[in-house]
Amino acid sequence: MLLSNKEHLKLHLLRSWSIARRYMVTNGFDGALTMLGMVTGFYISGMTELSVAISACLGAAIALFISGLSSAYLSEKAEREMELRELEQALVVDLKESDYGQASRYLPMLVALVNGLSPLLLSLVILMPLFLADQGKASPGAPFIRAIVVGLICIFSLGVFLGKISKTFWLWSGLRALTIAIVTVVIILFFGHFF
Amino acid sequence: MTKTRKIVLDVLKPHQPNALDFSSALANLGPDYRVKLIVTEVDKKTESTIVTIEGSDIHFDDIKSAIEKMGASVHSIDEVEVYGAEP
Repeated sequence: MLLSNKEHLKLHLLRSWSIARRYMVTNGFDGALTMLGMVTGFYISGMTELSVAISACLGAAIALFISGLSSAYLSEKAEREMELRELEQALVVDLKESDYGQASRYLPMLVALVNGLSPLLLSLVILMPLFLADQGKASPGAPFIRAIVVGLICIFSLGVFLGKISKTFWLWSGLRALTIAIVTVVIILFFGHFF
Repeated sequence: MTKTRKIVLDVLKPHQPNALDFSSALANLGPDYRVKLIVTEVDKKTESTIVTIEGSDIHFDDIKSAIEKMGASVHSIDEVEVYGAEP
């Protein structure tokens, strides 16, 4: 039996998993921290109109999605094409129909999807308390505070994920990421008092 | 019809798939294929290899297209063992 195309492609996918993982954490962190910043900003400004805050945050989340999608696709495609060209020159063959050719076409799409979806999904999770409060499904209180807490939990989880990847102590890695997030919140709160 | 029982190929392949995956893919082409791969030279992006395939009825075209599918190329056929059809 011929090792199927899917199996060959799977091997390439496995190899590119580390790239996708890197993008996921980098842009996920970006998205989570952006949302945390925006929510903290709304909180410090005393915003009461939840729909305005949700619209603004959703706009930013969609922009992050499009930005992540397009930037990763363009850069990854360029990288893959360069690698393919170099390999073609070394082998003196046309690799367009080979697994390498297929991988250079499909993998940028996969990586771009991961890069775009990670900030979008994390943003939506962080905004969930605002959505619920806006729909009247959550107890009254401070939805912004709850969103900030969710944001901190998301960032802590990203840190834990990084710890698992690097095979270091997960709690230490999570706390390191959490510290960055808390410092960000503190800086925003500090500057928020002057404006 | 003649039957090819053994074929030795000079193949230039990229580092990935590695020798084991590469040989396994070729061995899976036939029910009784035995594949031996010797790496003779390692370059920055490529490996020169000598691939020996043995079996009761080897189909060269399938082997060649599988090799090309994995991004490698057959440089030459260095040795063959072919049996004539029984009358």
